[in-house]
Amino acid sequence: MKYRKNNQNRKNVQQSSLKQNKRQTKIAGGDYFDKFKAYRDLHAHALFSSLGRMVAAPFNSIMTISVLAIAISFVSGFYILTINIQQLSGQLEASNQMSLFLRDDVSEVHANKLAESIKQNSNVENVKVITKEEAAAEFQKYSGFGAAINELEKNPLPIVLQVLPKKSLEDKQGLENLQKEFQQVPEVDVAQMDLQWIERLQSIISMVKLFASILNILLGVAVLLIIGNTVRIELHNRRDEIVIEKLVGATNSFIRRPFLYAGFWIGFISGISAWFIVTVLMLILRNAVEKLSSFYGGSFHLLFMSATDTLALIAISSLLGVISSWAVLSYYMHTTKLKRRNLLHF
Amino acid sequence: MINFDAVTMRYPETGDVLRNVSFHLRKGEIAFLTGHSGAGKSTLLRLITLMERSSRGRIILDEQDIELAKEHHLPFIRRKMGVIYQDYKLLYDRTVFDNIALPLVIAGYGHHEVARRVRAALDKVNLTGKEKKYPLALSGGEQQRVGIARAVVNKPPIIIADEPTGNLDPELSAEIMILFEQFQQVGVTVLIASHDISLITQLNHRVLKLDHGQLVTS
Repeated sequence: MKYRKNNQNRKNVQQSSLKQNKRQTKIAGGDYFDKFKAYRDLHAHALFSSLGRMVAAPFNSIMTISVLAIAISFVSGFYILTINIQQLSGQLEASNQMSLFLRDDVSEVHANKLAESIKQNSNVENVKVITKEEAAAEFQKYSGFGAAINELEKNPLPIVLQVLPKKSLEDKQGLENLQKEFQQVPEVDVAQMDLQWIERLQSIISMVKLFASILNILLGVAVLLIIGNTVRIELHNRRDEIVIEKLVGATNSFIRRPFLYAGFWIGFISGISAWFIVTVLMLILRNAVEKLSSFYGGSFHLLFMSATDTLALIAISSLLGVISSWAVLSYYMHTTKLKRRNLLHF
Repeated sequence: MINFDAVTMRYPETGDVLRNVSFHLRKGEIAFLTGHSGAGKSTLLRLITLMERSSRGRIILDEQDIELAKEHHLPFIRRKMGVIYQDYKLLYDRTVFDNIALPLVIAGYGHHEVARRVRAALDKVNLTGKEKKYPLALSGGEQQRVGIARAVVNKPPIIIADEPTGNLDPELSAEIMILFEQFQQVGVTVLIASHDISLITQLNHRVLKLDHGQLVTS
């Protein structure tokens, strides 16, 4: 009983003296504005000294940052690739139309009548007749076989009815039923849904996307590990310095701060370098893509990274830098703590 | 100021290094800590400087029980002590000024206050004009004095010195001892670990003698 009371007293004395302690350090540092300025100076110092350390060892820094920049540029390259493919499929998605290829013996007049009757269908928004001549002209224009078609005695192209279903008919089942219905019409040779090949394309795109996201995760992990390892080496090299700082009263956050900033810098500079790499590659690719696109009506333009994308790229890589150095610091703190009753861990 | 109450330190590999050590150093007291090598001097200093925790017993520094202190309190307790190491423990990639300023920067002092206090500390140890030099450009005695300046720059109530005169000639040793006595006179508690018998007998201060982990004179 007596012991417990004593213990209680000890705790009370302890607490009051700690409070006093805090007050003393506050007073010692001057007023709050001075304190704030000193705190800001600490951060500024950690920010620039960590950058200064990287500049002081340029070979190591350049090696690390190059590896990271390449890894990050892969990630952003895949991202921009999927964005561009999406753009491509987005344009196609708008057309859920069907093409009804009519039998060769159907006349133009009959085709127009058929178009009118199809228009009455409650599921159909519009029908457009493409005559043999129009089809031939279009074929000449885009296929590059213009001369060949002139050689033929008879125009081999069928009359096509382009059917645009109502927007309400969005589900696949409804469209398929409509297609079957048209296939029953005697004048129709083939009823083709444009959607089918769009679906195929989209499944390819989603596969590419899945592949890209798996690769991105792997590369993200690689980035974390590379930055973490760099910080670990730095931590190891500055072991003595950390011990001395701890011995003269540095708090854990004081010790951590420069390493967190170092992680930030590595991520930040790598992010900018990755952006640079991707942009240069895209500029090289642009001409080729535009040329290719011109063959297909020129509706496709290479999308570059937007300002938001670029900011996100740099922010994410900086954040990865901070996170991985935080993880390494926590790990080392934990392992030094385990060593006997060592009080110098941070 | 420094209060040891039945402190025992046991390492699993070597057994008891300190056994039942009790002593009390009052505010403004100066004392030598001595003993043959392996007697437990370094261990005792490691306990005071919060590098390790004792296995048993109670250590009270400036009214604070170390055993009850939470981990995040430790840095603030360390700031109450100026510690002078045998191997100086200076940062060799920083100037003399930055080395001495370190405790102040860590404690969050403003720019001007840091500069003012560092200059005062440099003056105290007779190193004025060397603040822009790097430690390796200085002699051993000068490096030791940089270490002393760093220990006192924060005006701590406790000064701990581990063999502060180990690498110095007798004349410099005497100078440094005078410096410690000056600090003592303004109310600082000073504990000096040393096996320099001539120095200890020459100065008539309290002596804590360790023998195989036990305190034999206090």
